[in-house]
Amino acid sequence: MEAFGLLLHGFAVLMTWKIMALMVIGLVLGIFVGVLPGLGGPNGVAILLPLTFTMDPTSAIVMLSCIYWGALFGGAITSILFNIPGEAWSVATTFDGYPMAQQGRAAEALTAAFTSSFIGSLVAVLLITFLAPMISSFALKFGPPEFFAVYLLTFCSFVGLGREAKHKTVISMALGLLIAGIGMDTVSGTLRMTFGSNELLRGINFLVAVIGLFGISEILLTMEERLALRGHAAKISLRVVINVWKDLPRYWVTLLRSSFIGCWLGITPGGAIAASFMGYNLAKRFSKDPESFGKGRIEGVFAPETAAHASGTAALLPMLALGIPGSGTAAILLGGLMVWGLNPGPLLFVEHKDFVWGLIASMYLGNVVGLVIVLTTVPIFASILRVPFAAVAPMIVVSCAIGAYAIQNAMFDIWLMLGFGVVGYVFKKIGIPLAPFTLALVLGNRAEDAFRLSMIGSGGSVGVFWSNGLVGTITTIAITLLFWPVIDRIFAGVGRMLRPAQPSQAA
Amino acid sequence: MSNTDLEIIVDDPTAPEPDSPAVCSSRTVEIIVCLLLLALAVTLGIDNYSTGISWDSTGPQPGYFPFYLSVILGGASLYGLVVTMLARAVPSDTFVTRAQLRRVLLVFVPTALFCLAMQYLGLYVASFVLIAGFMRFVGRIAWWKSLLTAFIFTAIMFATFDIAFDVIMPKGPLEAAFGR
Repeated sequence: MEAFGLLLHGFAVLMTWKIMALMVIGLVLGIFVGVLPGLGGPNGVAILLPLTFTMDPTSAIVMLSCIYWGALFGGAITSILFNIPGEAWSVATTFDGYPMAQQGRAAEALTAAFTSSFIGSLVAVLLITFLAPMISSFALKFGPPEFFAVYLLTFCSFVGLGREAKHKTVISMALGLLIAGIGMDTVSGTLRMTFGSNELLRGINFLVAVIGLFGISEILLTMEERLALRGHAAKISLRVVINVWKDLPRYWVTLLRSSFIGCWLGITPGGAIAASFMGYNLAKRFSKDPESFGKGRIEGVFAPETAAHASGTAALLPMLALGIPGSGTAAILLGGLMVWGLNPGPLLFVEHKDFVWGLIASMYLGNVVGLVIVLTTVPIFASILRVPFAAVAPMIVVSCAIGAYAIQNAMFDIWLMLGFGVVGYVFKKIGIPLAPFTLALVLGNRAEDAFRLSMIGSGGSVGVFWSNGLVGTITTIAITLLFWPVIDRIFAGVGRMLRPAQPSQAA
Repeated sequence: MSNTDLEIIVDDPTAPEPDSPAVCSSRTVEIIVCLLLLALAVTLGIDNYSTGISWDSTGPQPGYFPFYLSVILGGASLYGLVVTMLARAVPSDTFVTRAQLRRVLLVFVPTALFCLAMQYLGLYVASFVLIAGFMRFVGRIAWWKSLLTAFIFTAIMFATFDIAFDVIMPKGPLEAAFGR
């Protein structure tokens, strides 16, 4: 059990007062971010990233990942008490959580949500602990063609499996890759797409774009809505917690099923949102009494929360093992790794053992501490919503500006942030997804380098991507996924032709 | 369960009216965005073409990868343009209503002014003005509350970034007067 020993070492790394304090600060900030409308996991992490520039990488990642866990916990509070999903992945939690609050069972619903979040992420962390080192040691054999094939797989699965219109995903991705290419070319040193501008020489910083795309645009979107709200205040007593926990074993099938769905969707770039809906729908379908869902059934809280949290956590697995983020927030954390001077990818497990195992250990610890914090402090966080948005909005703007400026000390970045804010607002409103854009921005240069290095190695033949079994399989899967909707339709069409006798069912 | 009977109610005095007329449809915006992206794709494509998209002794030239990306971007936005143009207009498809646009501008314009003011007044003074002004005029919150909140928040930011973490921010005459 090598992983186990290394994990213990990771816990040892964490056991300093400084890191423990940062962990608690991160969790509290994260819950804050999750509760407030107009801020979410990716925004919170992006805005607070500059705070960590002066820290050592281990403290920095512990604090940032705790912000992420906190945001995952916090999203449930507003969904249940106010019927306002603080995050898109907690929409499914409102279906049964809010009815429970209306029936005076808010404390029960909150306990269920937090506990199932905890279980979901615990399953995902266990998966990371044992799978990530295996994948990364396997990936150590990868050369540039293999890496490019994996990047291709990531991009293609976004296009093929995403729910948005395909051309919109392609637009978002191509734009991200192009913007990543602005500035000096890393291989030849030539300037590209700068149009003689000195400001563009540096290239467009990933974090500046993210702060604009998520932070500023989210404020614009939130302002559109009527911000009055009405909800319940709740306090969780120890008795409620124990009662809910006593009932927990009865729902083990739901919990396990949702954890599995979450882990699977988290590793493939599908995201927590899809996972939470799928967890909810499957729980409803397999239930003996599907009618009672949506009317305040505790299972309807367990299922989506477990899945969302498992998926949010599992998204860090490909980031750690391969350097490929499974979600928008993971992409931002990856951007952070580069700022701290670490090179994401399989070598991380060899060269920076302290960092990786510290992070994994912090996932265990952060979730335990997080559970305790949310269970004890719900009333305080719920009352944060009393603060009017007119006070919160300018504060978020200021934090965004500080974050964007601090990265390169450039005034130009502030204007870029504002521009990206408008772009993000328009894109979100016409349904162009932002997650592929973020991913493309952070992976763009690495994907291009991998492509060019493999092309140089092969003397310009595309055949290098099928030169051995491994790379060939990955490339083929990637291309299959890219055309998956088409293939799916062909299969359906062939199936229908084979059964011509059956009349088509007109609804 | 007396706890759960407690209600939290927050009001929004300047909320957009629900029956406000539409400014433009999503379809129009989609067409404009596709046209802009197409123009961007062409511009970047030409720039990369002149950088070099062929092969030399060291492998692909620097323009190779981005050139084909601009082709993909152009193709996808052209496809989007055609699909949107062909699709029948849906009446309920509002991009933004007039009241919503007013609210969005209500936060966007101060943000833009804040960015501008930052260059002359420094970040901290500009933040103070932004927060106090926004709370007072958009949120209709009492003057003393607005000023106090703005002061406390700006002071915390200054203490965190400038004093504790040494993150350099743009500064203006006020900071200079205090010698920081």
